[in-house]
Amino acid sequence: MKKIINSPEQVVEEMLQGVALAHPQYVKRLEGFNVLVRAGAPSPKVALVSGGGSGHEPTHGGFVGKGMLDGAVAGAVFTSPTPDQVFEAVKAVNGGKGVLLVIKNYTGDVLNFEMAGEMAAAEGIEVEKVVVDDDVAVENSTWTTGRRGIAGTLFVHKIAGAKAEAGGSLAEVKRVAEKVIANVRSMGMALSPCTVPAAGKPSFTLAEDEVEIGMGIHGEPGTHREALRPADEIVAHLMDKILADNPVAAGDEVAVMVNGLGGTPLMELYVVNRKVAEILGAKGAAIAKTYVGNLMTSLEMAGFSITVLKLDREIKELLLAPADTPAFVQF
Amino acid sequence: MTNVYVAAIEAIGEAMIRNKEYLTDLDAAIGDADHGINMVRGFEAVRGKLGALPPEADLATVLKTVAMTLISTVGGASGPLYGTAFLRAAAVAQGKSAVDGATAVSLFMAAVNGIKERGKATRGEKTMLDALEPAYEAFAAGVGDNKPLPDCLELACAAAERGIEYTKTIVATKGRASYLGERSLGHQDPGATSSYILLKALNDFCRRRPAEEA
Repeated sequence: MKKIINSPEQVVEEMLQGVALAHPQYVKRLEGFNVLVRAGAPSPKVALVSGGGSGHEPTHGGFVGKGMLDGAVAGAVFTSPTPDQVFEAVKAVNGGKGVLLVIKNYTGDVLNFEMAGEMAAAEGIEVEKVVVDDDVAVENSTWTTGRRGIAGTLFVHKIAGAKAEAGGSLAEVKRVAEKVIANVRSMGMALSPCTVPAAGKPSFTLAEDEVEIGMGIHGEPGTHREALRPADEIVAHLMDKILADNPVAAGDEVAVMVNGLGGTPLMELYVVNRKVAEILGAKGAAIAKTYVGNLMTSLEMAGFSITVLKLDREIKELLLAPADTPAFVQF
Repeated sequence: MTNVYVAAIEAIGEAMIRNKEYLTDLDAAIGDADHGINMVRGFEAVRGKLGALPPEADLATVLKTVAMTLISTVGGASGPLYGTAFLRAAAVAQGKSAVDGATAVSLFMAAVNGIKERGKATRGEKTMLDALEPAYEAFAAGVGDNKPLPDCLELACAAAERGIEYTKTIVATKGRASYLGERSLGHQDPGATSSYILLKALNDFCRRRPAEEA
C-alpha cells in the first residue's frame, strides 16, 4: 500500500480536520463527531442530511453548503456511519422545519440511517428519508437488495437542496427528491482497483488488459469482466444499459454527469462525455446541463460512471438554481 | 473476581481479532472487504467499555453495553444487526440474576428475531441468519431435551457451522453480496461466518469454564 497517510486509523479524522480547516466559510466540524454541517447551521428551512462511508470524496462533505446539503456524516472508509453520528447531524441541522435523510441504497446505510431516524423521531424531530438507487448494473427485483446508489445521488442533493433553499416544505422536498430518484440512472466501470487503508491491499485485482463493467463505488464486483475496448464501445455499452432502463425520446431534456472514480484523468472523462453526448444527440434528446469531474469517487480507483437524469420543468429549474459548496459551485 | 459475562464477551472479541483477516478476505470476494475490520473495531471498543463497568455488573448491563457500543462503532450493516441482537437479548436478561435453560433460549430467540426484523431478512438469503437461526433451533431443541447448557451450545455451533457451509451453495438475495447474483455462488457468507465465530468463541469459553452459564 502506497498512500499519503499517517495511519489507517486516523485517515477519516484527519481528513475531516483538513476539510474544516480548508473551508471554514462553508462548513464546521461537529465537535466529537464525524459530522460536517453548514457554518451557519441550523437555518430556518428544511435540512438535508446525507452521508455514507468515507472514500467517496468530495461526496458527501464537499456538498455541504448553500443549495445542497446541511449536514454530511462520514463513516469509516466504505462503511456506513453509525446511527449516533447521523442522529447528532440531524439534531445540529434541524431548524424546526424537519430533516430529509438522503440515503444511498446499501443495506448498512439504510439500517444505520433508519435507526438514526427512529432516534430523532423519538426526540420529536420530523424526519423523512429517501433512498437513492440509480445503478442499473444491478438488477432490481423483490429478491435482491435492489439497485445501488451511486453518482446519481448528487443530483438528489442538488435538486432537493435547491427546493429546501427555496423554502419548500419537508413533504415538497421529499417529493422532488423522489422524482429525481425515479428519473436518474447511472452505470460505471473500473480499470483498476482501490485499496481501503485499513485493509492494506486491493479489494480485487484486474489483469492489465481487463476491465470490470458495472463496478460499484466500494470495489464491489460489477456485472462482468471483459477485455479493455476503445472508449466509445464501453460508453455505448453503458449507455445501452442506462437507456434501456430509462429510455429517452426525441424532444426529451436531460442532464448528464460523467463521474471519475478517483484515478481517472479528466482527459479520459471528456473523451467519454463526447460519446455520451453523441448517443443522446442521435436519440434527439437535448442536454440541458453536463457535469464532468471526480464527484463520487472510490478512493484511487480508475474508471468512471455515466449518469443520465431526465428533466421536467420543475427539476430542470432546481438543477440550474445556484449552489455554493466546497466542491460544487454554480451561479 | 472477574465478571463471567464480561470474560465471555472478551473471549468473543479475541476470536474476532484472530479472524479479522479471514472475515475481511471472505468479504472481499463478495462484498466490500471490511467485515473483519469493522467487527474488530467494534469489539475493541466493547473491551474498553466493559472494562469501565463495575465488577458486579449483571448480564443485562453487559449485553446492553455491548449493544450500544457495537451500534456506535461498527457501522456497515453488521453494527445495527449485531447491536440490535444484543439489545434485544439485554431486554430479556433484564432482572435475571442467573441464566437457566429457558432464559438462555429466550435470549437467543430475541437476538435472532432482532436481526430478522432489523434486516428484514429470512433464512436462505445468504446472511448471518443462515448460521444463527439453525443454531438457535439446535440450541432450543437441546434445552428441550434437558441437555446441559454447554452441550446445547455445542449443538448450536455445529448447526452454525453447517449453516456457513450452506451459504456457499446459495445465491445472496440480501446485503451487499446480492448485487452479484449468481456470482455469489460458491462463496461463504462473511456475516454468517462471524456469527459462527461468535458462537464458537462462546462455546470454547464455556468448555474452559465448566458448570458456568451459557
